[in-house]
Amino acid sequence: MPSIAGLFFYMSEKIKKLNVSKPLVLDCKKTVKDFPLAYETYGSLNKNKDNAILIFHALTGDQFVSGTNPITKKDGWWVTAVGPGKAIDTNKYFVICANVIGGCMGSWGPKEIDKNTNEAYGLNFPVITIKDMVKSQETLLDHLGIDKLLCAAGGSMGGMQLLQFCATFPNKTFSAVPIACSTNHSAQNIALNELARQAIMADPVWDNGKYLKKNIQPKNGLAVARMVGHISYLSEKGMQEKFGRKLQEKADYEFSFDADFQVESYLRHQGFAFVERFDANSILYITRAMDYFDLSRQFKGGLVEAFKNQKTKFLIISFSSDWLYTTKENKDTVIALNSAGADVSFAEIKTDKGHDSFLVNEPEFLKTLKGFIDSMHIKFKNEKK
Amino acid sequence: MKKEFRVIADLLPRNIRVLDVGCGDGSLMSHLIKEKNIEVRGLEIVEENVKKCIYKGLSVIEGNAETELHQFPTKSFDFVILSQTLQAFYNPEKVLKDLLRIGKSVIISIPNFGYWKVRTSLLIFGKMPVTKTLPNSWYNTPNLHMCTIKDFFDFCIEKKININKVVGVNEETTSEIKKSNLEIKNLFSKVGIFLLK
Repeated sequence: MPSIAGLFFYMSEKIKKLNVSKPLVLDCKKTVKDFPLAYETYGSLNKNKDNAILIFHALTGDQFVSGTNPITKKDGWWVTAVGPGKAIDTNKYFVICANVIGGCMGSWGPKEIDKNTNEAYGLNFPVITIKDMVKSQETLLDHLGIDKLLCAAGGSMGGMQLLQFCATFPNKTFSAVPIACSTNHSAQNIALNELARQAIMADPVWDNGKYLKKNIQPKNGLAVARMVGHISYLSEKGMQEKFGRKLQEKADYEFSFDADFQVESYLRHQGFAFVERFDANSILYITRAMDYFDLSRQFKGGLVEAFKNQKTKFLIISFSSDWLYTTKENKDTVIALNSAGADVSFAEIKTDKGHDSFLVNEPEFLKTLKGFIDSMHIKFKNEKK
Repeated sequence: MKKEFRVIADLLPRNIRVLDVGCGDGSLMSHLIKEKNIEVRGLEIVEENVKKCIYKGLSVIEGNAETELHQFPTKSFDFVILSQTLQAFYNPEKVLKDLLRIGKSVIISIPNFGYWKVRTSLLIFGKMPVTKTLPNSWYNTPNLHMCTIKDFFDFCIEKKININKVVGVNEETTSEIKKSNLEIKNLFSKVGIFLLK
């Protein structure tokens, strides 16, 4: 494994970056310009420019949606849904995804070097919001010469970015698929994010976010933060079926605090695999952005105001066993869109796979996604004629 | 397509906004878009049907009309359609009230329990009727509140609901039902379609 600094140097060669030169006024009132936005594209934009799909990634995602992630050498995070012949078929569609600002896969984030100090930002990085993320990504569409997208899609925080995108830039996309998300973060979601942040900040290595100067990571804290996440992404039933009380390669309890149970071993594995690819401060910043997200607070007239004059065709998808962004929360978004007179469809996928359902191979979900996007493509082509 | 749907389509003007409650696989919705350029939304409880609609590019919300009509704003549609499901609700009166709130007009169709075949089944054979329109047995029917065309007619009058038009449908013909021919149409119509305001 290369050192953190070595890893980041290595990254720069494999990552497409847009220098965002247009000044961006952040929600915290700071203005920034000339910052990097890392992105990746798959497939090609057709002549009529009617096949562009923008994907927003979730908390720990990045721009590498499909194929092999050139940095981690693992599958892209949404390889189940995006790729040649997949639900979002890259033989047919031009798929774009950017790393959010605050992230750590090449976009402007807390591990980037602050030109004023010549050191990594750490906690000197401004607190950013979902709206800031979305505004920076909109510049990418200009750069790629796309006036109107065929579709935009995203799950979890990606779905929240998408709802923000539609509210801030109405009719920039013909259709939209917000998946397993909500228009604001519930108390439970904020609490879980706080748990993740506290785990990182309780790690002495974290050192008020200054660990990068020493070229180390608060691995223990970050791994615990990731474990919290992993518990919330599965359903009670799914976890029980997958692990039950099964022991990890042993016949009996060891009467110790090693990982006796498979579920423990799984969490430890997920936690410590994560620290190899993610920056701890990024988790702080991105979870904060999620917690601050509240569309009705942003728009004085509430959600109806947020979604007024929408011509975008929405499909909201929820998963029956998702307790992080419940069907009820997703339906509340449907109600808001209906109240605003928007064109909205809604489907609940019945599954035991919890919040993670959108990332794993869930055939009913993938079929629904494909059916919607393909039918929207026909409509969009007709509209463009 | 079902004859009933053709009658419903004929009752609708062009270029309006319609909500199809219990839209099934979207056949009526597709027909209305194609023939009348109607902007149509559906509400459907059966997951399989919801997906069929989505594949066709139709706007559909998965949900239960009994409990989820509150999400649609008052007078947000020109017409609301409810085809042969009113009798299956726990509280049809409440559902109807909601439909009349959401739509400027409402079209409701009901399987007619006063149809002669239904009547003879009970009268002659002493058994609960099983017909093409009412295909289930007493123990597995979703229909909790069966009524006749006459019953629904009287119900509307009692509740001061404005009946604009009533059409009786059976195999061969469709015909307008008025107070003057109500008794006979109640005997010979399989389905009654009510246009309410």
